Amino acid sequence: MSGKIATITSGKGGVGKTTATANIGAALAEMGLSVVCIDADIGLRNLDVVMGLENRIVYDLVDVVEGRCKLRQAMIRDKRLEEFYLIPAAQTRDKTAVSPQDMIRLTDELRADYDWILIDSPAGIERGFRNAIAPADIVVIITNPEVSAVRDADRIIGLVEAEDKGPGRLIINRVKPEMIKRGDMLGTDDVLDVLAIELVGVVPDDESVIVAANKGLAVVLDPRSKAGGAFRNIARRLNGENVPFEALEEQDGFFGRLSRLVKSGGEG
Amino acid sequence: MNTPLAIKGVRDGLLITVPEGDWVEVLPNLLETVQEQADFFRGARLALQIEDRELSAAELGRLRDVLAEEEITLWAILTTSAATRGAAADLGLELELSKPSHTERDDELPLESRLQGEEAVLVERTLRSGHNIRYAGHVVVLGDVNPGAEIVAGGHVIVWGRLRGTVHAGASGDESATVCALDLSPTQLRIAGQIAVSPGRRSKTMPEIACIREGQLVAEPWQAR
Repeated sequence: MSGKIATITSGKGGVGKTTATANIGAALAEMGLSVVCIDADIGLRNLDVVMGLENRIVYDLVDVVEGRCKLRQAMIRDKRLEEFYLIPAAQTRDKTAVSPQDMIRLTDELRADYDWILIDSPAGIERGFRNAIAPADIVVIITNPEVSAVRDADRIIGLVEAEDKGPGRLIINRVKPEMIKRGDMLGTDDVLDVLAIELVGVVPDDESVIVAANKGLAVVLDPRSKAGGAFRNIARRLNGENVPFEALEEQDGFFGRLSRLVKSGGEG
Repeated sequence: MNTPLAIKGVRDGLLITVPEGDWVEVLPNLLETVQEQADFFRGARLALQIEDRELSAAELGRLRDVLAEEEITLWAILTTSAATRGAAADLGLELELSKPSHTERDDELPLESRLQGEEAVLVERTLRSGHNIRYAGHVVVLGDVNPGAEIVAGGHVIVWGRLRGTVHAGASGDESATVCALDLSPTQLRIAGQIAVSPGRRSKTMPEIACIREGQLVAEPWQAR
């Protein structure tokens, strides 16, 4: 088996890298694929918290790199999904504890036995970022529909291209269709206009993501969540399936239809 | 046989002048020297003088990573090759030993009219945020110039695409320089000593030319004559 290595990165902090890593990983695992998530944010680890595995950590990424344990010993299995593992970051060290070569060596070992290796990159463009993208076959850049996040994503795409990692693929996270409709938020087209790379998914802003993360559960396991559905589609697209892009509009409830009737009545 | 490397202490760290020859032969020589004198180099800030050698961003990146393993920070590449300068800039490396401060940048630019404005560099890609092109002649970009990217040219700047970053034409004071773009909406536009910002977003885009006319920086739509 030769697994694929995908790094999820953004430049700007707080746009949803960790949530995206956990959910794309869970979605791939739910499809029956074997997945290992690596938290490369040494010193500021949190993928373990989002995945609800914090209390099971014995060894971490730095322990593996420095030879204190075997790779398998640092891999924590998910609570629900069979073939879904996490290699947590060390909390007490910093980014210099690992080198890009270490990451390449480690992921090459995993590649032989697993379908997907997802790397959660730290924010920024320094050593931690370079560690995270060094082994990547695919770089997934995540951004929000905000000018500052788009600006940073653009910088990251430039850096990824400079490291010969191809243009990367884009996820636009926390999109609010209502705000776009009012003209108060950048639309998907506006973002693509600047970044001009392949889009693999648009994730609506959804409270269920926060609720699930607080419980240490993946939102993709909630069949009613809109964001969960978007992450499932992203996983399928990354895995090579051709999935049409979902419509972002809120599903019309009774009140939605009613208010629209009132509006059109008012205008007509 | 190994040619000894010229190592010099400068204000900002160490400067190594890489000798002439094939990069594949020169590189091991450089690394060997560094490893032999590991104690001397450890923790050093290193600048490399590589003359007109052409190196890709990936090659420079690998060199930086290998040096980082020896705890050496590669921080500057001194080269006359435009391609290498671009690659080094992409990696965030400096291109000169002491960075001129922003206030005197324009006076210090080595953009004298030695080229008579006849030479141009062609940039065949989109310039993204953080990319920086500085060239004494004209600059032609086949692609977009995104917000956060910067072009400083001694002569004209021509962008076959959307120009939304910062651009400075005629940076050495040439008021006859122009800036042309298919969509001219830069964050900031300068020609010689004049500065202008774009008016707000327009619904319709059209090719435009910016130039100095009667002491005023003006932008006018391109018209087929």
